[in-house]
Amino acid sequence: MTTTLTSAPTQSSAVDTVLRRRRIRREWGRPWLYLPLTGLLLLMVTPFLWMLSGSFKPEADIRKIPPDLVPIRPTLANYRELLGTLDFTSMFANSVMVALAVTAGNLLFCSMLGYALAKLEFRGKRAVFTLVIATLMVPGLVTFVPLYVLVSNMQLTGSLLGLILPFLATPFGVFLMRQFISTLPDELIDAARVDGCGELAIFWKIILPLTRPALATLGIITFLGSWNNFLWPLVVAQNESQYTLPVGLALASSGQDFTRFGILLAGSVVVLLPVTIVFLLFQRHFVAGIATTGLK
Amino acid sequence: MTTMPTSTIAGQGTKERDAAGPQSAARRDSSPRRTAQGRQTRAAWSLAAPFLALFLAFMLLPVVWSMLMSLTDTKSADLRTPLSVSFTGFDNYIRLFQDPQFFTALQNTAVFVLVGLPLTLAAGLAAAVALDRGIRRFRAVFRVGFYLPVITSVVAVAVVWKTLLEPQAGLVNTVLAWFGIDGPAWLADTRFALPVMILMAVWRNLGTVMIIMLAGLQSVPQSLMEAAELDGAGAWQRFWRVTFPLLRPALLLTAVTTGIGYLQFFDEPFVMTDGGPLDSTLSATLYAYKQFGNGNYDMASAAGYVVFVLIIALTVLQFRVLRDKD
Repeated sequence: MTTTLTSAPTQSSAVDTVLRRRRIRREWGRPWLYLPLTGLLLLMVTPFLWMLSGSFKPEADIRKIPPDLVPIRPTLANYRELLGTLDFTSMFANSVMVALAVTAGNLLFCSMLGYALAKLEFRGKRAVFTLVIATLMVPGLVTFVPLYVLVSNMQLTGSLLGLILPFLATPFGVFLMRQFISTLPDELIDAARVDGCGELAIFWKIILPLTRPALATLGIITFLGSWNNFLWPLVVAQNESQYTLPVGLALASSGQDFTRFGILLAGSVVVLLPVTIVFLLFQRHFVAGIATTGLK
Repeated sequence: MTTMPTSTIAGQGTKERDAAGPQSAARRDSSPRRTAQGRQTRAAWSLAAPFLALFLAFMLLPVVWSMLMSLTDTKSADLRTPLSVSFTGFDNYIRLFQDPQFFTALQNTAVFVLVGLPLTLAAGLAAAVALDRGIRRFRAVFRVGFYLPVITSVVAVAVVWKTLLEPQAGLVNTVLAWFGIDGPAWLADTRFALPVMILMAVWRNLGTVMIIMLAGLQSVPQSLMEAAELDGAGAWQRFWRVTFPLLRPALLLTAVTTGIGYLQFFDEPFVMTDGGPLDSTLSATLYAYKQFGNGNYDMASAAGYVVFVLIIALTVLQFRVLRDKD
């Protein structure tokens, strides 16, 4: 802010160079740090570049020793075969449907309880909060076996509902929504009450519109989590018509006879691409959620 | 139409409260407060009901059920009649600790946590400090790049890493060959399989730590840093004496959540090695899953609970070591 003021024509050129050096320092920081950081960045993104490159290689070139870094004979054959052989469209549709249902459920149920815990006074509030938060520490595999027995006895193993129901209400969402709603001013709610607004109307008409940033965060995190979830769908989905994308990919890659890396890499691209796009578009919300709760 | 009047009244309300002081008298009124209390209680429970119903059925019930199951002889044959099993006390836990394979699994999990957790925290912290204090340009590019692995599907990533680590046609050994190094068959070698899993976990989780540390760094007041600089503290001293202590809450948060995740170390070995070669990447949760797969629901639940106890122990330990000392 001072640069424009001090670099008036009356200043000497010596002062100017000092200021310029300082400005470079202020705009760029420590130049030597870009080297290790770029190296690390390269390490971090290399798997993605390798995947992209491999997915466009003909199968014969993938096993070439030494490998080509970029496809020399680029082809769409892997993608074409992926769409042809695996029941790919239905897996994609299943992934989308499950993720959307899980996300919608979490947004609604977690914000409802989150609001009650943040702004309403009621008997048992502390107990509910403690109980919900305590389960954040429970390992997934502790609940896995009884959950499987439960869902299978509810006859849900043959339907998408079995992939959705157990994930509709997650403690993480309550934690996130409660933290966010706590920061909204009480006066807003008091004023609405004075105005004669009912408690549920306050939630629906006043609180919910104000929690849009937190809802966006929770929505993206839940969607990504559901999209990437694979162990539960792998165990519960009984036939191909319920497979989600990661399940299809996991089964294809673990099959003894299936060693077609080209198709697997193309499949990986298709699994990763939608979430990468979602993330790049909404990364601010995503980052905000991680930063406020420390969980993903 | 509906929101406009409320917002004006909200504005007035704020003004009135400001004038009356922070604790306005209207709130202290006891009789209207009691009816309002009842209204709030009813509203709160109806808002909580849908979540709690799902939570009870799909979280709390399984947690308790799992505990009971670990004290019985439940097998997959009892799937349809889960109540017709007999109690066996702590037999499952005794059998668990007599199983050398479970010991191997615990050992691998311990190595994974003890090596992987500090590595991840250090790498994430270093990346955050470099981005926050070191450089000014292209921060977003680095941040997104470092964070990208966090959002990936482990299945897709495992496929890619498998091809990267291919002994002959993989990129890793190709690059090593440029420097005259003959790279091993990473995932088929008992010496390298677990270290590779650790590096992959660091790669996948560094971004989460970095984001939380970046948020923590932003809360370090600039005036404090300037004061330290005026007092003659070097960059290194400023970091360890000023920044690091203020980062303690963020560090605790990441250490606890990453530790909880790492003790449940499962995805990477499940999709890449299935615990092999020779159980060298078998983790405690993978052991539990394999017991489930073999139909030993009792042993799977018991192993799950052992991991649960370990998680609680590690969390308590981290709170002891890292909490504010004042």
